[in-house]
Amino acid sequence: MRPWLEKQLHLIDFTLVSLARRKTKNVGLLLAYTLIVFVLASLSLFTHALRSEASYVLAGSPEVILQRMVAGRHDLIPAGYLERIGRIRGVQKKEGRLWGYYYDPVVNANYTFMARPASEVADGTIMVGSALARERGLAPGNTISFRSYAGKLFGFTVAAVLSPDSELLSADLVLLSESDFRRFFEYPEGHYTDIALSVANPQEVRTVAAKLSAALPDSRPILREEVLRTYQSLFDWREGIVLTVLAGAILAFAILAWEKASGLSAEERREIGILKAIGWETSDVIRMKVWEGLIISLTAFLLGGIAAYVQVFHFGAAVFAPVLKGWSVLYPRFTLVPAVDGLQIATLFFFTVVPYTAAVLVPIWRAAITDPDAVMRA
Amino acid sequence: MIELSNIRKAFNQGRHNEYWALHGIDLSVEAGKVTAFRGPSGSGKTTLLTIVGCLSRPTEGRVRFKGEDISGLPERFLTDIRRQSFGFVFQQFNLIKGLSAVDNIILPGMPSGRPRRNLVERADELLDQLKLGHRSRARVEWLSGGEQQRVAIARALINDPEVIIADEPTANLDTALSKEFLAILEGFTDAGKTVLLTSHDPLVVESSAVHRVVGMRDGRLIPD
Repeated sequence: MRPWLEKQLHLIDFTLVSLARRKTKNVGLLLAYTLIVFVLASLSLFTHALRSEASYVLAGSPEVILQRMVAGRHDLIPAGYLERIGRIRGVQKKEGRLWGYYYDPVVNANYTFMARPASEVADGTIMVGSALARERGLAPGNTISFRSYAGKLFGFTVAAVLSPDSELLSADLVLLSESDFRRFFEYPEGHYTDIALSVANPQEVRTVAAKLSAALPDSRPILREEVLRTYQSLFDWREGIVLTVLAGAILAFAILAWEKASGLSAEERREIGILKAIGWETSDVIRMKVWEGLIISLTAFLLGGIAAYVQVFHFGAAVFAPVLKGWSVLYPRFTLVPAVDGLQIATLFFFTVVPYTAAVLVPIWRAAITDPDAVMRA
Repeated sequence: MIELSNIRKAFNQGRHNEYWALHGIDLSVEAGKVTAFRGPSGSGKTTLLTIVGCLSRPTEGRVRFKGEDISGLPERFLTDIRRQSFGFVFQQFNLIKGLSAVDNIILPGMPSGRPRRNLVERADELLDQLKLGHRSRARVEWLSGGEQQRVAIARALINDPEVIIADEPTANLDTALSKEFLAILEGFTDAGKTVLLTSHDPLVVESSAVHRVVGMRDGRLIPD
């Protein structure tokens, strides 16, 4: 056991010295690979964290939202629908919701207006999302005016700014009382934008949705799981777009690193010949070179991974956030909860460390199995 | 100690540029003696040494080492024999740049798993014997030709081999350094080592340190 261990220590020792002897090449390789890992890990970590964030936030949203469709477009839900829905078995709770979009020409941004009960938001006051408050410089107690689509000016006092914890979904939100909402958008009494439903048995959500479609053929039930899936697809799609855009750069770096890793210089070939001639086995030479490849690729993997983690979770993914979060004027600003899973790490490892080690191994194996007598003829 | 029977060696066998470097060499090498192979370039001296030192295999013929036929042994066993029984001093010294003299010397000892401290102690002893102790931690590229050769000799001795193989050991040395090498050579025989070397340097082949000179030409031995 002891000689075996000593031998491994010798190999590692020699590997470290070899790496230090070719500083320039190895530092260049390390930087190129760290950059590749950084880009891939940032994308993976950020989109995964966004998905987790969306799942977390949407967990509290209604199980089913019912919209009415007219000529394929979303339209107001007329009076009487709420009562009809209440008669469908399985529906536990129903709530008419009022919401709409408002374009603010001052900052060229769209806001989402949403009515809340008078117990939460008093008439003449509003609660606004953090991003909106930032953009318009609002704080509780400030007043702000919006011109309705009918051209009438409405003044509101900011009662509160919504917590940044929910900023992913509330960045552009304006909450106001139901009566203010109806006056502002000129919605008739008893009409709603959509209806939020909760179902007694969560296993029967799809059954209840089918009943709703049958009872109200002009309606469209939207399930929470569908919304979540849409978010996931959206982030997947954006991740794909970014990867496609960066593919050229990643490929260029990968080729550079591969070239550097797999190309043995004349000096390295000579050294392999010397080592074999003086009694190193082919397996010793290969093992030493595998150590070399592992040290570089694992260091790059760790450095790139840690840098990506810090970038995503401590600096809000400043490099990729605008593309991955969306092209809105009001960017949600929030700190992502670190969400990393084993599969992500394993995938990243498989696409970085494994190919690099293979790139090192193949030419070394070729050089190491040649007869050592070449060194006598050098 | 070493017996060669009908050794033939071809390069690029079966190709248009096939070349036979050795044509049926029969030779017996006595233990504890210095045998020098003399001959012009291309006479097959180095090829013969690579076969004796298990660095390459003969195309035909048998090599017996201490009575055992080693010509058909797998590479792993040949490596073991090479490491344990042979020490090599190459014409270009073949030291690894960027490493110190000591780090070069201990390289052949690493695969056997000897502790580093033991190897370094032995390397220092050898360097002291070769009057190079003061340069033990210097990088080899900073050493003179003579100093590099002494490092190469120390490296050849680190595993205490029975046979030293030296290919044109004085080709890159001036007369004074060549004489120093001959003195070291005498030390080898005093220590009971068998030495095989190639040279066309008269200073070496005509020296009293060399017990037997074998002439070679066109891949064949020249009869005494």
